[in-house]
Parts: sequence; structure tokens; C-alpha cells
Amino acid sequence: MKIIRKILILFAVLLIIVFPIACENSDSEEKVVLTVSAAISLKDVMTEIKENYLMLKPDIKINLNLGSSGSLQQQVEQGADIDVFISADTSQMTALENKDLLIEESEKDLMGNKLVLITSNDSFLKEGTFYSVLDPSIEKLGVGEPLSVPAGKYAAEVFSSLDILESIKSKIVYAKDVREVLTWVETGNVEAGVVYKTDAIISSKAKIIATAPDDSHSPIIYSGAVIQSTKNTTESLDFMNFLNGEEAKSIYEKYGFNRL
Amino acid sequence: MGFDLSPALISMKISLLSTTIIFFLGIMAAWAMTNYQGKFKGLLDGIFTLPLVLPPTVVGFAILLLIGKHGAIGQFLNIFGVKIIFSWPAAVIAAVVVAFPLMYKTSKGAFDQVDINTLNAARILGSSEWKVFSKVAVPMAWPGIAAATALSFARSLGEFGATLMVAGNIPGKTQTIPIAIYFATQGGDMRLAMIWGAIIISISLVVTILMNYWNRHQEGLISGPGRR
Repeated sequence: MKIIRKILILFAVLLIIVFPIACENSDSEEKVVLTVSAAISLKDVMTEIKENYLMLKPDIKINLNLGSSGSLQQQVEQGADIDVFISADTSQMTALENKDLLIEESEKDLMGNKLVLITSNDSFLKEGTFYSVLDPSIEKLGVGEPLSVPAGKYAAEVFSSLDILESIKSKIVYAKDVREVLTWVETGNVEAGVVYKTDAIISSKAKIIATAPDDSHSPIIYSGAVIQSTKNTTESLDFMNFLNGEEAKSIYEKYGFNRL
Repeated sequence: MGFDLSPALISMKISLLSTTIIFFLGIMAAWAMTNYQGKFKGLLDGIFTLPLVLPPTVVGFAILLLIGKHGAIGQFLNIFGVKIIFSWPAAVIAAVVVAFPLMYKTSKGAFDQVDINTLNAARILGSSEWKVFSKVAVPMAWPGIAAATALSFARSLGEFGATLMVAGNIPGKTQTIPIAIYFATQGGDMRLAMIWGAIIISISLVVTILMNYWNRHQEGLISGPGRR
């Protein structure tokens, strides 16, 4: 009897180990799965784009991998299995291009954006310019971390051009991505933050109190490309074409992005 | 040279302060639980140990709810004009919460090893509970308590997830070494990440080795002369 018990236990353990692996294999036979890394400010627009594209191509699955463009760039550089990458700044693209990690012909500039200063709805601050950050009622200012978050880099450029970067340094809290800044402002844990116009529009709990002039920062250009190591080249290139097409561009405009 | 040393200073400040707090809180909780035989013993022990097994993000979330703008403690402190979120005291709170179970559990283990007869002998001979605690229990449990302190220090030095959520990444104020390493890797600055990684490994190693040496020294004293 002891031997039978041991065999049964061994069998149960084997089942537990093999079962999840078996399930995974049967899924991936059927559909092509594209992993699309996109800057997190594209969260809402890319969700709609994805839905529209899947209606055209029902035999494809898309996994949206969202984060700061810098983190996503690092993932590609470290060898993650990414098919398409869309960043909020051309510098991440250029860095990947220089390392031969992109299919260069697939690279397209897709849309633009504007940088805004936001506060929570119940803030007493009035509409004005980015100089408003000097107001003493703003004790903490949420800004993306400049090295990994394009919105943070653009924000630093704006403050530099206004010559106030040094004076506000003590107020700045660095966020790991632009949507984290938005959440901080919405929850009132910072009094103000710098995000994209498109992030502010999506939110019902934050209001825009200033828009940065286009010449106070480098052009905000969202750039997309297919990753060289993709195992789904045809499907990825097709998706890239869709992103560059008229239907997609009108969806970008709907969410407040600029046409290039 | 331009190399920003602030993460080291901030990490040391937060770890030393939180380890000090945990030292007293942990020992007190451990001693209280050693003597408490009531019906809530299991529950209380579970609560004290909980942060050890919870993911740091859950701990961070819970602290955020409490000290954030709409949290109970946050609103209370706001009356005095004190905002604790995104400040280094918040990092100390995070470190204390996550490292407390280590101090508590290890110290309690040490107290449980102390021969109850020795303690009772002290009581029969007229010692106050405080004297039983400070003159008998603590010295006898000292090697375990020292180990607990070293563990707690190392844990609070390495605290990342909860700290990032409640204290944030503010260079010069709350950017600890683990946070500096994270953002360095995210921003592609691998050299900086490796430098800080090496520094924190060295600090942790030195502390652990020192604690071990002191531990064995103490054990030697307790076992008496001629014994090693």
C-alpha cells in the first residue's frame, strides 16, 4: 500500500508541474501574438487602435506592454521579446537604431503632443504660464524622471528655457512614468504635475493650468518601429502600416494628439 | 568629482533611524508575546509577522492609504501642517513596517530559548519584571537579538518597493541607494547602477560579518571562560 501511495503522490506532483506547461503550448499554436511596447501616455488611444485592428485581423492577438519609453527601450536592448515599439521621443528610437535593433524601413513618426501643467480640480491656482510652479502653494511638483521618461525630459527643457529649473528643484518628485504623475495630481499627493495634454484630457480629476509653448522644448514626436528580432515580421509590419494609416491618424486626433 | 553621494547618506540615515526604532519596538513586542499566553496569542503573532510575508507593494499601498492626502494619519497630520508623504520620514515608516517582523520573530525566538526556570528563579528571588527583562532575559537572549538587529538593518537598507511608493524618488531627499539603482537601470546608466550595487553589497556584507563576529564574542562570554 505504501508503494501505491508514493506512486499516486508522484503522479499528482507530475500533473501539477506538467499541466500549466501543456496548456500554454496548445494556446500558442493557433494565433500570432504581437507584443507591442508603447509609451504609457498612449494607453487609451492604443487600446482603441488595438480593438479596431483586431476587428480587421481576427487571427491576431496583441499584448500591449505599457511603460515609460526609457524602460521599454531598456527591455528591447536587454533582449525582451518585443515585436513593435512606440516611444514618446525619437531619441529612444535613435538609440535602438544605432544598435541595429530596429527594422529601419519600418520606422515612422506617428503623432505629436503638447506639454501641460496640471493641478487637481479643487486647486485654487488660476490658468497662466509654467511660471505658476513658483507659487508657494505648490509644495511638491510631480515630473517624470528625465533619463527614462520623455515627459520628464521635455519638462526639464521647459523649466530651463524659463530659467527656473534650479529654483524649483527642491519641489520636484520624480515619477517612473507620466501616468504616475497624473495619479499623484489626481489623488492630491502632489499639488501640481507636468504631463501631456492628452493625459490631462483623459482625466476628470485634474485640470490644465498652463500649456508649454512649442518652442520651449524639443518637438514631442511619437515614433514607432518594428523590432529586428521579431518572430512575426509580416504581421508586425502590417500593424506598423496600420498605425501609419489614415484610420489610425484620425483616432490619434480624437484623443487630442497632434497630426504631424 | 561630481558623483552624487546623497543616496548613500539618505540610505544610511533612514536605515539607522528605522533600525533603532525597530530595535526597541521589536524587543518589547517579542518580550510581551513571550509572556502573553492569552487566547489572542496566535492572532497577534500573525499580525506582527504579516509584513514579512506580504509583497512590499501591498505594504506600500497600505501605508499610502494611511498617510496620503485622504488617509486617516495624513489628514490628522495635515492639521499641524505636516505632510509626511514623499518625505524621508515616510521612508522610515516603510522601512520600520517591513523590517519589524524580522526583529520581532528573531528576538522572540531568542527569548523562547531562555530557560524559564532561570527567569522564574529571578522572580521568586524578588526581581521586578523590568529587572527580569533587562538583567536576565535580554543578556541571555543577546546573540539572537544581535542577529535580529543585523537582519533588520540589512532589510531596511534594501527596502525598495514600499519606499518608492510612499517616499518617492526625490534626489537629495528620499532617493535611497536601491531607488537610485532602479532609475539608473531604467535610464540606461548601467555604470552608475553597478557602482551603487557594489557599494550596497559591501555595506551589507561588512555589517553582517561584523554582527557575526560580535555574536560569537558574546556567545563566548555567556558560555564562560575556557569555552569557545
